[in-house]
Amino acid sequence: MSALAYTRYELLRTFRNRRFFVLSFGFPLVLYFLIAGPNRNVHDLSGSGISAPLYFMVGLASFGMMSSMLSCGARIATERAAGWNRQLRITPLSPRTYFRAKVLTAYAMAIVSVLALFAAGASLGVSLPAGQWLKMAGLMLVGLVPFAALGIWVGHLLTPDSIGPAIGGGVSLLAFLGGTWFPLGNHGFIHDLAQYLPSYWLVQASHVALGGRPWPAMAWIVIAAWTTVLSLLAIRAYRRDTGRM
Amino acid sequence: MSAIELGVTGGVSEIQLRGLFKSFRGPHGPIQAVRGIDVDIARSQTVALLGPNGAGKSTTIDMLLGLLAPDDGTVSIFGRSPSQAIADGAVGAMLQTGDLIRDLSVRELITMMAALYPAPLGVEEVLELTGAGEFAAQRTQKLSGGQTQRVRFAVALVSNPELLVLDEPTVAMDVEGRRAFWTTMRDFAARGRTILFATHYLEEADVYADRAVLMANGRIVADGPTTEIKAMVGLRTIRATLPDVDADKLAALPGVASAERRGEAIVLACSDSDAAIRALLAAHPDARDVEISSAGLEEAFLLLTGDEDEASLAGSAPTAQR
Repeated sequence: MSALAYTRYELLRTFRNRRFFVLSFGFPLVLYFLIAGPNRNVHDLSGSGISAPLYFMVGLASFGMMSSMLSCGARIATERAAGWNRQLRITPLSPRTYFRAKVLTAYAMAIVSVLALFAAGASLGVSLPAGQWLKMAGLMLVGLVPFAALGIWVGHLLTPDSIGPAIGGGVSLLAFLGGTWFPLGNHGFIHDLAQYLPSYWLVQASHVALGGRPWPAMAWIVIAAWTTVLSLLAIRAYRRDTGRM
Repeated sequence: MSAIELGVTGGVSEIQLRGLFKSFRGPHGPIQAVRGIDVDIARSQTVALLGPNGAGKSTTIDMLLGLLAPDDGTVSIFGRSPSQAIADGAVGAMLQTGDLIRDLSVRELITMMAALYPAPLGVEEVLELTGAGEFAAQRTQKLSGGQTQRVRFAVALVSNPELLVLDEPTVAMDVEGRRAFWTTMRDFAARGRTILFATHYLEEADVYADRAVLMANGRIVADGPTTEIKAMVGLRTIRATLPDVDADKLAALPGVASAERRGEAIVLACSDSDAAIRALLAAHPDARDVEISSAGLEEAFLLLTGDEDEASLAGSAPTAQR
């Protein structure tokens, strides 16, 4: 029994779906050049202490990665509608292997997305020591864990018809409240609310460039709490999801 | 129970459905899809679950496979729960509806599925057996309906299961696919595997199964060797243009169960159509436009289950209770 083979084919078919693949990271890339391009010489964006190309690089990478994670969830809804989910349930495939394959696939997409944005950032003059690039990418990948669970949860909950608007709207809202499009400032209602969202901390990964500790304890707690709750919801939805659609 | 047990099934029963009930919420209150069924299947048996659409066949299969929890009753597969039997790789199944995942070739998809099982058949062997080899390099989203069915069968078969379950497997198949399918099934049954398939084609049950379990309205109405089942439901109808003859007179002919006049035509429901046609033509050589046809399964079930009086059916069972 080879769980690896299953995961390998899941990855293969994700990267083969070229339209899905290109749109997933192409769209944030275009947005990045549109937003950061005209502001490439802004060195302290809205008092954040971070240059516009760096801030938007991390912001749009976060946006792209969130989209990638949730789109992989959307693919689950399509597979369910095709009855493939029921076909898998009558195989010895364990839930653990199934979840692992889905999460790995989503991460593979997210990594491509972040690399594309980092390359675009470098082309607009973002320049950081190697260690800081890695630290930033690492924090963002950790910040994505709750989104992997969210994608699987909605994938097993919604139909292919409703999942498009749900993901489009959800990512836009989370991106806005996370400060993807502009810094949220240091106080006010939205800033206070954003502290409790995982998307906020994704964007805060750009604070790596300021030195010190980019993520306070609050960030780790928020990410861990969302991961726990969403994973439980995802597992519950998966268990219940054996009927005909 | 209202089920008629025809004949005795040999061997140890390895698959047991006991007292299964399942109802669903419908727009006008609960719909009772399965109302108390008991089935025992011995190892190496090929059993047809026969019944018209809406009889509860798919619901029964979903409960057998653990995809649906019964409201009441138990399922045991080789002494294990459905989920355990499936986790052990002992069960392979082709569900009634379903499409394939895209962006893999047929060969890759079968290889991926084979990797999930402890002792799968060879991928090339399965492609050959199911006739999917001809388009093994095609992407799954480019297949025709008939080709998709063959690949779905290949997915079920590659698991090399002890118990193979197929829900209306031939419905979307083309003629060629259907032939290849049943040939493969025969080979597989010959390896001593247990097969359960649902169908609403009497012919399929008759030709390919050792035993048929008849379902109607969520109940088992008969269970026995296919020859006996066929005698019960394989009623034929003779239709002919024959004016000026009294229907009652025709009903008295040998082999005729009932006669009905429809304008110029008469319709004879026959218990023995061979005897009936000889008698009809001998007595009325002027009968024209003669047609003999099998009554559909739905019609046969209507005759079998009568009004709601299933007790009278049990009383007329051709063989003894087990």
